[in-house]
Amino acid sequence: MNPPIDPIAARLERELKHARPLIGCRFDPSGRFVFASSEDDTIQRFDLLTGTKTALLGHRSWVRGLAFVGTPIAGSGEVAAWQRRQTNLHAVAGFGGTMLPPPKAAPFTLISGDYHGNLIWWQGDAETPKPIRTVEAHKGWVRAVVVSPDGTRIASCGNDNAVKLWKADDGTLIRTLEGHASHVYNVAFHPDGTRIASCDLKGVAKDWNIKTGVADRDLDAKILTKYDPTFMADIGGARAMAFSPDGSKLGCAGITNVSNAFAGVGNPAVVVFDWKDGKAKVLKPKDAFQGTAWGFVFHPAGFSLAAGGGSGGRVWFWKGDDVVSMHMLTIPGNARDLALTADGERFAVANSGGSVYVYTFTPGPATTPVAPPKK
Amino acid sequence: MQRCTYSCNTADHGLSRRAFLGASTAAALGPSGFANAYANAELAKTQKRVLVIFLAGGASQLETWDPKPNTDTGGPFKAIPTSVPGTHIGELLPYTAKQMHRLAIVRGLNSVSDDHGIGEKIMLTGRKPEPAVEYPHIGAVAAKLLGNSAASALPGHIQILPKGSSGFGKADATFLGPKFGSVSLGDGKPPADLLRPANMTAESDAAREDFRRKLNDRFAKSRKSAATDAYAESFEQAERVVKQGEVFDIEKEDPKVADRYGRHDLGRHFLLARRLLEAGVTYVKVSHSNYDTHHENFDFHIEQLGEFDRPFAALMDDLAARGMLETTLVIVMSEMGRTPKINANYGRDHWSRAWSVALGGCGIKGGAVVGKTNANGTVVTDREVYSGHLFHTYLQAVGLDSSKSFHPNDRPIPIADPKTAAISEILA
Repeated sequence: MNPPIDPIAARLERELKHARPLIGCRFDPSGRFVFASSEDDTIQRFDLLTGTKTALLGHRSWVRGLAFVGTPIAGSGEVAAWQRRQTNLHAVAGFGGTMLPPPKAAPFTLISGDYHGNLIWWQGDAETPKPIRTVEAHKGWVRAVVVSPDGTRIASCGNDNAVKLWKADDGTLIRTLEGHASHVYNVAFHPDGTRIASCDLKGVAKDWNIKTGVADRDLDAKILTKYDPTFMADIGGARAMAFSPDGSKLGCAGITNVSNAFAGVGNPAVVVFDWKDGKAKVLKPKDAFQGTAWGFVFHPAGFSLAAGGGSGGRVWFWKGDDVVSMHMLTIPGNARDLALTADGERFAVANSGGSVYVYTFTPGPATTPVAPPKK
Repeated sequence: MQRCTYSCNTADHGLSRRAFLGASTAAALGPSGFANAYANAELAKTQKRVLVIFLAGGASQLETWDPKPNTDTGGPFKAIPTSVPGTHIGELLPYTAKQMHRLAIVRGLNSVSDDHGIGEKIMLTGRKPEPAVEYPHIGAVAAKLLGNSAASALPGHIQILPKGSSGFGKADATFLGPKFGSVSLGDGKPPADLLRPANMTAESDAAREDFRRKLNDRFAKSRKSAATDAYAESFEQAERVVKQGEVFDIEKEDPKVADRYGRHDLGRHFLLARRLLEAGVTYVKVSHSNYDTHHENFDFHIEQLGEFDRPFAALMDDLAARGMLETTLVIVMSEMGRTPKINANYGRDHWSRAWSVALGGCGIKGGAVVGKTNANGTVVTDREVYSGHLFHTYLQAVGLDSSKSFHPNDRPIPIADPKTAAISEILA
């Protein structure tokens, strides 16, 4: 039996580099790959086993939405086991000459959404993934893409104020959920698979019944939005959104206390709703950080974490029902997204400097990426 | 009193009805002298006018007139085709794209300063600030040299601000004198007390004026002089301005036209601008706030250009439909552009070295594109121009000789920077 995961034990395991600023990141269902989208319109796939980096070419704009259809497996264990075997081999044969062939990746599908309104399907485990299907999904930006717990449906949202439901296997539109009055920044499936939550620029979160397509209630996340009267523009929205694994809580992350929208002067915040009664509490960093929370997840071990950027990068941790962070990590550059493996053993942060920082909660020394095999 | 907290950081001066009427009187006493407010429509048709649309804070040239999609500086947006084959602009301007046959783009502008206040001054005066001379703004120059329509008693230099109260900016006119200074209308609202109070009927107002006139006539029979004539004339002038006060009331507009402009602030301000120009005002500047997007440039440009695009296209259509585009020079400018480099906050910073301005209407060759930047927009590679070139172009487009000089205190000061010349490629 594994020991309980302690957030304070989080340590940097490796840094994965790309030449251009990154926008979003997600682990595949096995936890072997990190996919990171970049300002060069590519998605970069980093193989944590081999250290290889593969570019996914097909989008003609920035990608923020990344989601997967596949079976979650104990991927992180696979990574660790292969690395142990490789280390043992190096101890016997020395570095440079021999690489163990990496295990074949479990098949999975990646669905990515871009700022031209397109969704693209990819065979994520292919040697060089190519677009399988492209769907013109939204008018304007696709801001988020998520997959239902059973893997059969996809939800996307965007600047046409719509949330859309799609069949995961063939990209057929199932239903358009209309009701938001501003750009929809994020969307999340409830773990029971019957409901969808979405949140827009104005901080209006909606609880949709998937069967009826009706929003049964609105939740108030308006502390994450502001009309700046000096610059005469709106800032806000849920930059990240996540349900707790048991479905009892919904978190919406963004920026609050905005005093200057055009300089990004404000503070990160996460509005956490009790899903049953809709009551909200606000998670804030302990430090006086200026910026936006761009990523948020509930960890299966009972704590939550958010990543933010604005004046550098941070990862904050909150325990249980605490509203003030209990631990913090500093990240170079601005953190722009946060991803957690299915087993909760690793998390990744994508930053404005082109790096993905992969952290692990398992004890041990920090390691460096394994060099790709010589051809 | 409204303090300009953004670009100029100067205080506007509260504008009283008296001051407004004073400015109006001065304007009407310009080249043409007084005239009947309801006559001379033909003259009004040939009256040259200037409309500046000022995208305050510095709109991004990469999101507007000079897109660089799929480059390291291009951002997430695509370039879209326009009504001019081969010319593309940013996807956030789909309605404007259909107007490009009426617009010219200057893509090689270097405006020298990355400072808001200095940049605005450079763009509006056509010169870098000099310690010895304060140059007048294009609005004051236009008001002086073009004169108001003979049919109008309104001021010749009006700016519509996105918010705040009304004001009078005599400093804009510098040595041309306060009568060519700008009258500012905060949120497009007329100066206080310009219009008849709602609780006073037209009949009682007319009776009051009739009584004043009778007293005045009785007095004039025995004591008539130049002074009493001037006194009487000032009242009549004021009356003409007040009668033209309806020009500020966009509710008088055809609802279908108002709908095309959009029932929001900028649509209302554009519609007011058209009404003012139509009523004979020489120069109108409409400011749209704000584009100073150091943070989340792309989200904010979606919002701001989303407000701008459709009303601007409606304005161009409306000017064309009324036959006003032939006599109205339209300029879309900012005080600077924005950096090609995207910063860590998804923002773009101040940038004056390589950006764009769009012009249309009177004297402009629609569809022309002059100047070029390199592949990612960091450098002008062809036909670099400065604000002085633009200033010459504005003047020549409305038929003025930009090589002439003003002579304040008998000292010649060239109207436009003599080191530059008009951009002939975009002049019709």
